Amino acid sequence: MTSTTTDRSAAMEDVFSDEGQASSLNLLGRAMAELADRHDDVVVISADLGSALSELRERHPSRYVELGIAETNTISVAAGLAASGFRPYVVAFAPFGMIKCAEQIRTDLAATMMPVTLVTRLSGLAMGYFGASHHAVEDLAIARSITNLTVMTPADNHATLGLLEASHESAGPVLLRVSEATAPVYSSVPDLTRGRFVQVREGTDLTIIGTGAGVGCALGAAEALQEQGISVAVLDAAYIKPFDAAAVLEAAASTRAILTVEEHSEVGGLGAAVAEVLGRNGVATRLGSIALPDADLEVGVPAELLDHYGITVEGVTRKAQALLTTGG
Amino acid sequence: MTTAPMAGPTTRLDRARPTSVQDLRVRADWLRIEVINMIDKAGLGHYSSTFSCAEILSVLYYRSMRLDPSAPDWADRDRFLLGKGHAAVGLWPILSDLGYFPREDLDTFGYIGSNLGDHPDMRKAAGVDFSSGSLGHNLSVGLGMAMAARLRGSDHRTFVLTGDGEINEGQVWEAAMAASHYQLGNLVAIVDANGFIGSGPTAELMSIEPLADRFAAFGWHVIELDGHDVETLVATFDDLPAPESGRPVCVVARTQKGKGVSLMEEAPRAWHVGCLTPEQRDEAIAEISARMQEVSA
Repeated sequence: MTSTTTDRSAAMEDVFSDEGQASSLNLLGRAMAELADRHDDVVVISADLGSALSELRERHPSRYVELGIAETNTISVAAGLAASGFRPYVVAFAPFGMIKCAEQIRTDLAATMMPVTLVTRLSGLAMGYFGASHHAVEDLAIARSITNLTVMTPADNHATLGLLEASHESAGPVLLRVSEATAPVYSSVPDLTRGRFVQVREGTDLTIIGTGAGVGCALGAAEALQEQGISVAVLDAAYIKPFDAAAVLEAAASTRAILTVEEHSEVGGLGAAVAEVLGRNGVATRLGSIALPDADLEVGVPAELLDHYGITVEGVTRKAQALLTTGG
Repeated sequence: MTTAPMAGPTTRLDRARPTSVQDLRVRADWLRIEVINMIDKAGLGHYSSTFSCAEILSVLYYRSMRLDPSAPDWADRDRFLLGKGHAAVGLWPILSDLGYFPREDLDTFGYIGSNLGDHPDMRKAAGVDFSSGSLGHNLSVGLGMAMAARLRGSDHRTFVLTGDGEINEGQVWEAAMAASHYQLGNLVAIVDANGFIGSGPTAELMSIEPLADRFAAFGWHVIELDGHDVETLVATFDDLPAPESGRPVCVVARTQKGKGVSLMEEAPRAWHVGCLTPEQRDEAIAEISARMQEVSA
């Protein structure tokens, strides 16, 4: 281990603190308070994440509901509020608000088409220090299989704001999966269309499709590869569902290979979705994926875990080079 | 044989409307016959769990709840959630009779394309305030509706009918905890305590007693009664504590699984799901009809 105890402590604080640069906590709290300013039907329900909602609590105390450490109840209560004309936003930890509540989400939100947005924080390996129970690396696989559920995975803070606003217009339920380890991708709120990827960068040799924190890694790798004369297109899979099959097919036609990057299990996530599109359409192309292995995962500080599993600019660069030269 | 539906009103119905105890008793038995006929056409259904709550459904829908069948989405209507969704076959004749959908729909029960399934689907059947089928969810959903009423300043109540087996589910107690924390006096849980889960007696398999004490310990106002005693049900729902009292209400209704049909009362578990033979069906309908005539006489 090369990092000092102080470094590790600082890295963890950055994830959890209201002030940390990497943390989306403060950003989301403010954004939801502003959403409630603009829309009278917004009610924010917390499963012990009320500390992130101080502005909302101050400005709209009646539209803040704390339900404590009871995530399943939280999802179903949101359904009841939605059935009565409100647009509830549930804020919860990803492993518990999403994975623990898969059945409540399917039954009470998706099968009923309730306009509830579930905002999950600390997805992927963001709580990797706390052990296997706190990894949220299967949530996209579960969410993708739920009919009627829209799945959004913002690439950075600007995308988070854009998708949060878009969720208010959604006809049915939304999962907004927030990554913590993102790097800036957009200089302002991007133009996002439901079910469409965003073309972040154009290129002719390779297409890297990222989602969540994967987009920033892809963009950094594309810039590094450009210096080696490799032209890389980058797509932001801001919507995992509905999925932009047309963009995948276009990428297969216009570049020599596709590489996917996600902070999620290799089973059932972005890489799997891209493979399904190619397979179902009979398209042969070179396909690589950076994702977490279907194996017991290590426990540790998030930044070190991401480095360990290659979900970094360097990891993506290495994988891209291997994919183009040897096929993987 | 009195199987024809009673002429149902289709305009706004106030709470505590003047329906007689005798008429409500007859309606509960009318419901049992409708259920037998529907399951007979469909080939399979939940009899005995539906029969244990026949009087409760009759009193709520024909007297106690504020409704407008001509406007199913009326914001100030009382809400009803059938937590024990497997009793949906008992909901369909009532909703049809009140005018939510045509009586002919009952003939489609359980067939592809029908709006009426073995469990309620709010996207298919008018008059269903929320879907159910997965046990333990609806008390939470009802809690959300009770919160919404408070936020909107509406005086409607939310009624949630759960089974006693259903409250084995931990989520029920998450909801029970939150309902008293938020002092939701406009939320009414009714436990159809028929003493059975699918595979046998609740007391043997997973006891949920002392039920009244447990809800009371969670901060609820608890009323325990005989769930087949129409007179007591009427008086209880006519005189619920005011929502402003701040305590959610739990009515623990002691009931009998398969109530009203002797062969089911004797073998309640066997008739959780099934289909009567033509002979058993005729025998059951004759038994119920005789009682209806006796009550009406």
